[in-house]
Amino acid sequence: MLDFRVDEEQKMLIDAINRFSTERVREQFRDAEEEGHLPPELVQAGWEIGWLQTAVPEQYGGFGEYSAVTGVLALEEYAYGDLATTFKIMSPNSIAIPLMLCGTEAQKEQYLPHFVGESIPKLSSALMERVYQFNPHHLATTAVSTADGFVLNGRKVYVPAAKEADTILVWANENGQTEGFLIDTGIEGISVGAKDKLMGIKSLPTYELILNDIKIPPSAKLGGEVGCDFDLLLNHSRVAASATAVGMARAAVEYAIAYAKQREQFGRPVAQNQSIAFLLADMMSDVESMRMMVWEAAWLIDQGQEITKEALLMKHFVDQAVVRVTDGAVQVLGGYGYIREYPVELWLRNARGFATFDGMVTI
Amino acid sequence: MITFEMPEHVLKSTERFKKVAVEVMRADAHMLDEGEHERPLNYINAMWPLVKDQYAERLEQIKAGDQKKAGPRWDLLENILMIEALSWGDSGQYLCRPTPSLGGAAIEAVGTSEQKIRLFSRWTEDPPKWGSMAITEPGAGSDNSSMLTNARLDPDTNEWIINGEKIFITNGKLALDESEGLCVVWATIDPEAGRAGIKSFVIESTAQGVTIAKQEHKLGIRASDTVSLVFQNVRVPYDNLLGTADVVQKKTGTKGFKGAMQTFNASRPSIAASAMGVARAALEFTTATLAEQGVEVDYRKPPYEWTAVERDLIEMESRYKAAWNLTLKATSQMVHGQNNRMEASMCKYRAGEAVTWITQKAVELLGPIGYSRDILVEKWMRDAKINDIYEGTRQINQLIVARSILGYSRRELK
Repeated sequence: MLDFRVDEEQKMLIDAINRFSTERVREQFRDAEEEGHLPPELVQAGWEIGWLQTAVPEQYGGFGEYSAVTGVLALEEYAYGDLATTFKIMSPNSIAIPLMLCGTEAQKEQYLPHFVGESIPKLSSALMERVYQFNPHHLATTAVSTADGFVLNGRKVYVPAAKEADTILVWANENGQTEGFLIDTGIEGISVGAKDKLMGIKSLPTYELILNDIKIPPSAKLGGEVGCDFDLLLNHSRVAASATAVGMARAAVEYAIAYAKQREQFGRPVAQNQSIAFLLADMMSDVESMRMMVWEAAWLIDQGQEITKEALLMKHFVDQAVVRVTDGAVQVLGGYGYIREYPVELWLRNARGFATFDGMVTI
Repeated sequence: MITFEMPEHVLKSTERFKKVAVEVMRADAHMLDEGEHERPLNYINAMWPLVKDQYAERLEQIKAGDQKKAGPRWDLLENILMIEALSWGDSGQYLCRPTPSLGGAAIEAVGTSEQKIRLFSRWTEDPPKWGSMAITEPGAGSDNSSMLTNARLDPDTNEWIINGEKIFITNGKLALDESEGLCVVWATIDPEAGRAGIKSFVIESTAQGVTIAKQEHKLGIRASDTVSLVFQNVRVPYDNLLGTADVVQKKTGTKGFKGAMQTFNASRPSIAASAMGVARAALEFTTATLAEQGVEVDYRKPPYEWTAVERDLIEMESRYKAAWNLTLKATSQMVHGQNNRMEASMCKYRAGEAVTWITQKAVELLGPIGYSRDILVEKWMRDAKINDIYEGTRQINQLIVARSILGYSRRELK
């Protein structure tokens, strides 16, 4: 009953991810961003800690201990290290979770065992499109039902690992409904386009994916004939993305606090000025508020409740708060905040993306 | 384990307060706002039997040695939910609850069993009584360690003699003039000693030398009794001192002053809860009224399709949620016996900020009728603002959060 203390198992998971984030990710994430590439051994190490492996049901090789609350705790801790690294390590979730929630028995049997292996599975997903006004409920990419299955046409962007993925979960508009389709990247008509040039998360290369009259069998549709509950999946995705925003915002406020305490001007630390101290207090309060809203939404998911409203309110708050917090961190660092040697400008660039990121990560 | 679930018995006990809020408080809200300084008799009469039962039970516990019950303190959550529910009804009337209120909190924090029994037993007997607390002075608001009110011991009679002036005392007139209640007064017994010399004393309604100097006229919470008190050679028995008379200089302050500050760890989430009750009232009314006008939020729509009003409603709801969740966090820490000093201040200042903004937005969204005194929305906006001010202004609570996250003492961050 009403309690916000993590349990023993959650604490062990958080500690393991925290060590990974502070000892390994923070050593490498800045260079990785500049180089536009994540070291594979770093991704592998992050994957091995494994939240997804415990969440997959036992009959498919996992531990069957799905908990959205544990998921958001893990995501916060990964993103405390780095956002792009988190998206990469958690990218299998954006197929595994839809499969777990909506997949047919045959789809689960075919794909879920891939998610409990030793190395990160080569799978990806494609939701976003290159438009100014993106509406996940009304996609431009189309799926048309034919006698033999479906024909897909459209262009997707923000697709991670598009080049190496064996299977991509592509979201398309079928008669006004958003449905998922599991597509083998070897088939005719699919091609990987240009690398996306994004404002942040540059160490995670994402690509355009072009679908030109792709013909797929009926069995490729997520959930089979009945399809999927896209709102449910979108809510899971929004909770996950917001959890990563919490981790990154926490990183920013902690960095700003440490800096403000050691940076001296006029003979004393700048943190001793109320203008700085109050800004930091607001930033920390934002982080705590974000975290509590994410926890509530995750807890409601675990209770099996429909959370479209809560997820939207959470996302609305978090999308703004993460920008406030990371902008505050840049401000506290002053001129240094603007320099790429320091991490805070990267956190601000990443933060601005949360209003855009839909479907990049899920729990 | 992380859970937002609340015990069934707590939720059930909140129901009766919701009933009082709807049937009694809302019915009288308008009349009591227009008629400042009138007493909310219907509300007082509705609450008094509950208070009497509560204090009868409390006295039994104290007499039985007040053994700390193991396990979570769900009564504290119950209290928070009660305050939220009553403040939804009317946050001005809520404050007129016939209880020892903040004075009681101070007695609970540092009083002996003998003092508790002696001072609380009046709340088991008719008629209704009130308690209050006097800290603020004309020249000592947030900086209450610079207070001038003083107490000196008369060795001949073993009585404390209190002199000074206190302002902004909630329920001060109800406590000392209109009932056989009491007021906990903070005063220094050694002006040279600063913080260490500050002690709290119980002044009872029978004491001579207390003048009610002024009944304040306020922006909002007009049903609430707010007065200034002047103490001229007020004599109280030695045993009405709460805590010890030792003046010990320590860097961390003394038990007496610390005791006062600790009561804030419990009272600040209460203010947040009261703020959130007002916020919920405004939010529910605005949402329902706009729905009647054909404006309803579709939570599946992408942001670029939101109208300005829909965006405002979503912003109001999300700020409400954010502040309420902080309040729950600070409350759960109290329930489970965790230190909540930072979170208590955090939820208090964020809730005060949120309710101020939400109620102002509600008036804005509801146009000419929203601004009219025919409906309660403008009253809620006026009522809301007090939460941004009392029990430590927004800025004082920001300061406490800032010190906490920076690891600074009051000397390092002023």
